[in-house]
Amino acid sequence: MIQFLQYLGKSTRTSFTKLGRGTYFLLQTISGILSVLARPRLLLNQMYSVGVLSFLIITISGLFVGMVLGLQGYYTLSDFGAEETLGVMVAASLVRELGPVVSALLFAGRAGSALTAEIGLMKATEQLSGMEMMAVDPVKRIITPRFLAGLISMPILAALFSAVGIIGGQIIGSGLLGVDEGAYWSQMQANIDFQDDIINGVIKSIVFGFIASWIALFEGYDAIPTSEGVSRATTRTVVNSAFSILGLDFILTALMFGDD
Amino acid sequence: MDNSVSSQHSLVSVRNLSFSRGDKKIFDDISLDFQRGKITAIMGPSGTGKTTLLKLIGGQLYPDQGSITVDGQNVHKLRRTELYNLRKRLGMLFQSGALLTDMNVYDNVAFPLREHTHLPESMIRTLVLMKLQAVGLRGARNLMPNELSGGMARRIALARAIALDPMMILYDEPFTGQDPISMGVLVHLIKSLNAILGLTSIIVSHDVHDTSAIADYIYVLSGGKIVGQGTPKEIQQSESEWVQQFMTGAADGPVHFHYPAKDYVDDLLSSGKRY
Repeated sequence: MIQFLQYLGKSTRTSFTKLGRGTYFLLQTISGILSVLARPRLLLNQMYSVGVLSFLIITISGLFVGMVLGLQGYYTLSDFGAEETLGVMVAASLVRELGPVVSALLFAGRAGSALTAEIGLMKATEQLSGMEMMAVDPVKRIITPRFLAGLISMPILAALFSAVGIIGGQIIGSGLLGVDEGAYWSQMQANIDFQDDIINGVIKSIVFGFIASWIALFEGYDAIPTSEGVSRATTRTVVNSAFSILGLDFILTALMFGDD
Repeated sequence: MDNSVSSQHSLVSVRNLSFSRGDKKIFDDISLDFQRGKITAIMGPSGTGKTTLLKLIGGQLYPDQGSITVDGQNVHKLRRTELYNLRKRLGMLFQSGALLTDMNVYDNVAFPLREHTHLPESMIRTLVLMKLQAVGLRGARNLMPNELSGGMARRIALARAIALDPMMILYDEPFTGQDPISMGVLVHLIKSLNAILGLTSIIVSHDVHDTSAIADYIYVLSGGKIVGQGTPKEIQQSESEWVQQFMTGAADGPVHFHYPAKDYVDDLLSSGKRY
């Protein structure tokens, strides 16, 4: 019993210490935003590797998720003779939930893990120490551009995911299952609200981009500088990002759509 | 404790420094002086905290007690911007080279110039080529760090360390893992750069022969204390058991061959636990 309490105390203390370090790291990162905006090339380079290189996985996944939604939605809706509302169902599912959430999970797996490994290896090979000794703040020079790139890329990737998904749903719904194409689009246009659906989805994706980038960069920066340490940090990035994204999604959904 | 040479001409003064990692005491009340324009070596067995001392001098670590003064400034009392201004006047050569792996050789050497100056690219090009010429690698400017040998990477890192014309360079194990030719090149470069550029150099090394050949003054550290100091000749003639063991490479002596353990026979005969 005593051992269990000791273990509990120790792990709680470790968790809070890490949370404190992470918060301090985040504040340092945010304090570098102005200096990064003054050097847009740093940001553009990172937007390429964090955002553009994630386009393919996001596009393909979005297409398949949309196609599956088209199929499942059609089977359910057709039981009630409401297959013409397939467009609304596909679009609402994607814009409100699946777009931000699935693209954030893919982002954490594709870009987040790469960021952790990159920063962890830079630490292990003394590149970050080397920068400090050259009087260059590694947080401002290395971390902040990547953080901003993640923050900006995430809503764009989520929008791309949703857009491609809606086309996927249309290909299956109208192209394969015979839902009227005009009804698919007009129902969607009439029932999807810009403020309630689209803006809320965008807010979600910004929050997920923030949390996934923060976790990925902090885990890399905080990694034990050995091959095993970097490998563990990369795993933690994916696991912690997934938990945080899904947990936050629940909270945000409750806040945003609670009154509906 | 008076184990320092005259501090009047010293660029770096370490006074009563103590530093611990966890329960292990790395330095226990040591004082050292590093003279301007000279090459001073810090030698000692692995794990004696030689690299830690460089990190303390560079302000990357904080001492438990004592002070470190670089060019009249107490490193650990400086504000962040002041510390960074001081670091612009220091160069550090890491054991691994610490080159930025996403940039080629040219951009690595240009990095500090681009970060800290507003010089036009044409001027940066001239400076980079001059620094690369000084280390003999002007022709390697387009190579990426993963295409360089260990010796070349260290020479590029040296070119980068002198990019801003520092007053002092800290070398962390510059000779480790080098073939004889690379070693000779590095020894020559450290010596000549120190003389030509009027630098002050601090070399952390356990390479007795080559470091003794270029150092003006040597400190030998062991067990958190200074166990010997003097010119290379004085160190060679030292009667200290510690210094003699280190200089001759004897397997046993004050630094024991065996890691502390319980009695050998008892250990072999004990049964039960796997370890």
